[in-house]
Amino acid sequence: MELFQYPYMQRALIGALVIGLAAPALGIYLVQRRLALIGDGVGHVALTGVGAGLLLNRSPVLVAVIVATLGAITIELVRARGRTSGDLALALLFYGGIAGGVMLVGLSDSTSANLNAYLFGSLTTISSQDLTTIAVLGAAIGVTMLALRPALFAVCHDEEYARVSGLPVRTLNLLLAVATAVTVTIAMRAVGVLLISALMVVPVAAAQQVTRGFRSTMAAAMALGLFAAGSGVWVAANADTAPGASVVLMAIASFAVVAVLGAGWRVLRRRSATATAPSLEPHEVVLH
Amino acid sequence: MTRPVITVTHGVVGYDGRPVLRDVTLTVTAGEVVAVLGANGSGKSTLIRAVLGLVPLSAGTVTLFDRPLRRFRQWHRIGYVPQRLGAGSGVPATVREVVASGRLARRGVLRPPGAADRAAVAAALESVGLADRAGDPVATLSGGQQQRTLIARALAGQPELLVLDEPTAGVDAVSQEAFAGALHDFVGGGGTVLLVAHELGPLRPLISRAVVVHQGGICHDGAVPEPAGHHAEPDHDHVHPHGPDEPAGLWSS
Repeated sequence: MELFQYPYMQRALIGALVIGLAAPALGIYLVQRRLALIGDGVGHVALTGVGAGLLLNRSPVLVAVIVATLGAITIELVRARGRTSGDLALALLFYGGIAGGVMLVGLSDSTSANLNAYLFGSLTTISSQDLTTIAVLGAAIGVTMLALRPALFAVCHDEEYARVSGLPVRTLNLLLAVATAVTVTIAMRAVGVLLISALMVVPVAAAQQVTRGFRSTMAAAMALGLFAAGSGVWVAANADTAPGASVVLMAIASFAVVAVLGAGWRVLRRRSATATAPSLEPHEVVLH
Repeated sequence: MTRPVITVTHGVVGYDGRPVLRDVTLTVTAGEVVAVLGANGSGKSTLIRAVLGLVPLSAGTVTLFDRPLRRFRQWHRIGYVPQRLGAGSGVPATVREVVASGRLARRGVLRPPGAADRAAVAAALESVGLADRAGDPVATLSGGQQQRTLIARALAGQPELLVLDEPTAGVDAVSQEAFAGALHDFVGGGGTVLLVAHELGPLRPLISRAVVVHQGGICHDGAVPEPAGHHAEPDHDHVHPHGPDEPAGLWSS
């Protein structure tokens, strides 16, 4: 534990915890709308922003936020248009993003180690200024996602119904797109663009193994994200492993544990249910 | 004097240049229960989707509560019941959470739910007979119960007009009765209903007027045709007693 006396480790831990809370709070809406991997795509696009920032000698994170936001809005507009060519357009954007990033980083004077920091995260090099950015943006994402939960739930659950309810569907969708871009960019420092979706999606996937409602899934996913971030940084500090990868592996480990516990619990419940009262009405349709 | 709730004037809808609705004119006045009947692909679902602004009109106008659709903002006056729950997802949601979405039109995006919202959700669940399932994940319900969840969601907003898209298609008898009961109470309270139906079933006594859509146009507007329920069967050879002259067999397209 002595390692956590160093300020850089404290910053790493706090940054990871903020992202561990914020990423699943946004991720649950992306999972619900079956866009679980959108974070990956936006991350690819953000890499071009990093490259451009390094090349122009501007803050890579700031340029990445702008480029990722533009990318996320483009993806949302393609999605809303609902054209069948949408996934092809997305593929162009994703691979264009990562190729552009690699090329621009190469053109700038930075080393490949610098590129790796953005690809796989570099928690321990977070400055106190970075930490402030992460904390402010992370808190903004978390608060927005919690405060707008009923409306965002309605839009992600049944978009047509939301439109007939008079909700500002397009605004809410764009809000989600921008929030995705911001989350991706701050999480980039923690786990890297290649592992970002894991923090948004894996805690949600783990939570929904055992939860019954949307609100409880959100709460459990945020708790699991927090746990994965904290324990991942702790493992990294003690075993001297890469912090980003350790956080993601802790999230996946918690998914495995919850899935096994959930399956066991369901078997027990089914046994006790069939022993007491048979189901009144057979299921006609099972939604997936 | 009853006032019009829905007015469609010379409405035309086309998908990719193929006309689905041609020159449809329809008025629904307050307190009416209008069933839109027709064969598969006749354009009946498109008609109500156009009324709600979910598909754009390429010509003609729609007014809701005396306001042009484009300028209509009082969405809390309308409760929409889609054919089935949206594509769904892996994230579980309880019946109460889904029904609570119905309050958003009334409450707005920013205001957190209050006691009135909770009471309306509870009353809506009660009226469709799902109060005991409120905490269960929607995905574990039967098809009929899911359909009742959707009508509860619409009722929770305390609308004046209910628009339902094939609410009883593939729904078990218990749910159909519960559905009819909820609709009966709604109509008894002065509500207006526009519904697309495959089969009227237990809803039959509630219907005050039937509109038959055929090949994108309205070919009958008046009393519910007899025998009820056969219109929607895809291979039903239909000769309509009130409709314009048309050869038998047109319905079997």
